Amino acid sequence: MLPSAEVVDLSRLQFGATALYHFLFVPLTLGMTWILVIMESVYVMTGKQVYKDMTKFWGKLFGINFAMGVTTGITMEFQFGTNWAYYSHYVGDIFGAPLAIEGMMAFFLESTFVGLFFFGWDKLSKEKHLMVTFLVALGSNLSALWILIANGWMQNPVGAAFNYETMRMEMTNFSALIFNPVAQVKFVHTVAAGYTAASMFVLGISSWYLLKGRDVGFALRSIAVASGFGLASVLSVIVLGDESGYTTGEVQKVKLAAIEAEWHTDPAPAAFTVFGMPNQNEERTDHAVRIPYLLGLIATRSLDEDVTGLIDIKNQNEVRIRNGMQSYSDLQRLKGGDKSEASINAFEKSKDDLGFGLLLKKYTPNVTDATEAQIKQAAKDTIPNVFALFWSFRIMVGMGVLMLFIFAASFYFTAKRSIGKHTWLLRLALYAIPAPWIAAETGWIVAEMGRQPWTISGILPTHLSTSSLTTGNLYFSLAGFIGFYTLLLVAELFLMFKYARLGPSSLHTGRYFFEKYQPTATHAVESTS
Amino acid sequence: MTFFDYTTLKLIWWLFIGVLLIGFAVMDGFDMGVASWLPFLGKTDDERRVIINTIGPTWEGNQTWLVTAGGAIFAAWPLVYAAAFSGLYIALLLVLFALFFRPVGFDYRSKLADPRWRNGWDWALFTGGAVPALVFGVAFGNLFIGLPFHYDESLRSFYTGSFFGLLNPFALLCGAVSLSMLMLHGAIYLQLRTDGAVQKRAQKAALIAGMVCAAAFALAGIWIAYGIDGYLITSTQDTNTALNPLAKTVEKSAGAWLSNYHAYPWMILAPIAGFAGIALSLLNARFKNERSAFLFSSIAIAGIILTAGFSMFPFIVPSSTDPVSSLTIWDAVSSKKTLGIMFIVTVIFLPLIMLYTSWVYRVLRGKITVQSIKDNTHTAY
Repeated sequence: MLPSAEVVDLSRLQFGATALYHFLFVPLTLGMTWILVIMESVYVMTGKQVYKDMTKFWGKLFGINFAMGVTTGITMEFQFGTNWAYYSHYVGDIFGAPLAIEGMMAFFLESTFVGLFFFGWDKLSKEKHLMVTFLVALGSNLSALWILIANGWMQNPVGAAFNYETMRMEMTNFSALIFNPVAQVKFVHTVAAGYTAASMFVLGISSWYLLKGRDVGFALRSIAVASGFGLASVLSVIVLGDESGYTTGEVQKVKLAAIEAEWHTDPAPAAFTVFGMPNQNEERTDHAVRIPYLLGLIATRSLDEDVTGLIDIKNQNEVRIRNGMQSYSDLQRLKGGDKSEASINAFEKSKDDLGFGLLLKKYTPNVTDATEAQIKQAAKDTIPNVFALFWSFRIMVGMGVLMLFIFAASFYFTAKRSIGKHTWLLRLALYAIPAPWIAAETGWIVAEMGRQPWTISGILPTHLSTSSLTTGNLYFSLAGFIGFYTLLLVAELFLMFKYARLGPSSLHTGRYFFEKYQPTATHAVESTS
Repeated sequence: MTFFDYTTLKLIWWLFIGVLLIGFAVMDGFDMGVASWLPFLGKTDDERRVIINTIGPTWEGNQTWLVTAGGAIFAAWPLVYAAAFSGLYIALLLVLFALFFRPVGFDYRSKLADPRWRNGWDWALFTGGAVPALVFGVAFGNLFIGLPFHYDESLRSFYTGSFFGLLNPFALLCGAVSLSMLMLHGAIYLQLRTDGAVQKRAQKAALIAGMVCAAAFALAGIWIAYGIDGYLITSTQDTNTALNPLAKTVEKSAGAWLSNYHAYPWMILAPIAGFAGIALSLLNARFKNERSAFLFSSIAIAGIILTAGFSMFPFIVPSSTDPVSSLTIWDAVSSKKTLGIMFIVTVIFLPLIMLYTSWVYRVLRGKITVQSIKDNTHTAY
């Protein structure tokens, strides 16, 4: 008996929600650690106290965020086992390895040294402390590498093959897993997005200090670091965009077509749809505004390669579903005990399409007796929600362009030493603090909703991947997540706002705004420690 | 990996998972133990800050032992990861929810001075320490009894028990073993890292926890010998090949959990280390040899966990309702290739981790006192 549709939907909801929630905290960790490395390096090289104060103050905000990242991160590791047991069985032989390596190579480094970052200031030489900060940054970024190798494999499952004896996928080529082009592109894109988020955070808050006319020197130096690092990062995010990885792998091609609402394969180079209302039922885009050639250029980096349209992909998938039915019956024969050479050969030949056959399990448990209508429906299922992908992608890109403008302008005026006069820019930077988070979250929606109906592209359908749980189990866990996560978010935001408002005076050095200019405010400061 | 055969790699991975679990219990064990004592041994805010700051800078690295053990089980024993984590759903979510409180508890508590805020986080930290310590023991206890689960032909696992079924007397006893064991370890650690009133209270606390632990461990041993059926593989298997769990036959039999001690008498060293570790730890604590006391409480932990591992070997997760579905170190494992690659990774990184972890502890060594908290009131947790 397969898990009910309700269990599958609730499991997806839970995983999606907890992953998006986790990713509210990850980008800042990824980027802030490098910003701390930059600030502390300047301190070590110049010996100027203000750079040490900057490292400590932004480090405090980093810490408030980091705690939430750790809290929500454990959830992710537990959930593969608790909620996606069949997935864990089916691909654990491959997928588990990068997760375990992430623990040994990255998490240990990050978590062992992060305590020393906060508590080692008086116990270590300047250089050694800088090394500690660097190792925290290295650890957090390495963890991104390994989790994205795991995630990249879900999008483009290379280096693995099905073993009918153990009824699962097994690793055949470890270096293919590591050097998966999809994973490499994803890694660069994701960490650069994290650097952008952290830069926007530092830039926005520092701009607010300037607008308030407080801690000017501290804020200007922070802006200098953030605008330079941010400009480089946002350029990397945009230039090294994810879409260059969309030409390999099953679901990657679908994603590309869905992002562009490209229903039919247009002659190369394809046009780019700037605006439109994708209509999944009728397989067309209403009110489309299109720019000739642009999509072909973006997607294939060439003028003569096609971007395959959704309807053609669907038709190709229908063929593979029919092959998959054959493969499924070949597998049944093997499992029934007929392990003759002919049977083994037949399965070896057809097994690449086994996953497509499994799509039919949603409609008929025996797969091989599927009706024409069921086959058509399963083929239709292989196209993800085009409207969601189309618009999520555009929101993400829009945020990227906005940030590019802010960083470029901030960098320019910082270089001209006049940023303090451009209050419109400071205000814009403050209000744009949420922009990188919106971009990151919509980016994940594109990547993971675009992967549907698969958990492992072309291998394992989502509706087969969950644990055999009851809806009661899932309501219990969902209620827990919603309750605890809300509670913790309130505490986190409260502290984050409080400490951002206090600014560097929260370091109690006696050198900063509330300590020097407003004796009445010291009461508020003293009550915290 | 041509220099090890599959059987050897499977054995090595049983050992590695054991090392990771013992590493977790020894390293994060004192964090959980210390947090479990926090509301009881710290009478004032300063004292509680002393207690928190003995583990504050290092608990995060210690928790990584758990995260890595989880990841290693996923990579090396995917069937165990799938069947046990989904079967023990409610129990594991309780652990998870309790663990939520640790990162934020440590970092946020000292950021506001309001006593209600701080007291609230103290109990949150207590929960984050005591609940996992208890539940992990209860979960282990249920492994001895067997979990009510079975596989279908596509190796999808189905769990047919309930959460409350896990709370049986034997499992609760195992929960008591693990909670008291980690509270002993935590109290010994506190003695090592504090002075004055907190240290005195910790010494008394260690004595209580140690006696409870020894008694509960002994009782659990007697129970296993006379009160619980063990499991035995009754078919012959070629352990050097990839095995499907359903391809073996298994039967329950009284006293089977002791059969390994008859076949390999040296295994008796594990329970002896458990008892001797507790006794020598308390003895050394009494004579203020805190470092030795800590060494022996660590040995006690290793002994107790190894006792569980040796008794059940080669079983990992027996099935009470369909013994054939039981998972063993021979048939719940990854492919030879994956085990080989992960072997190399572990051999490289585990020693590195131990190396830099000890450096961090060396940098942060020394007593945490009420005075040192007062001197660093703005930077300490």
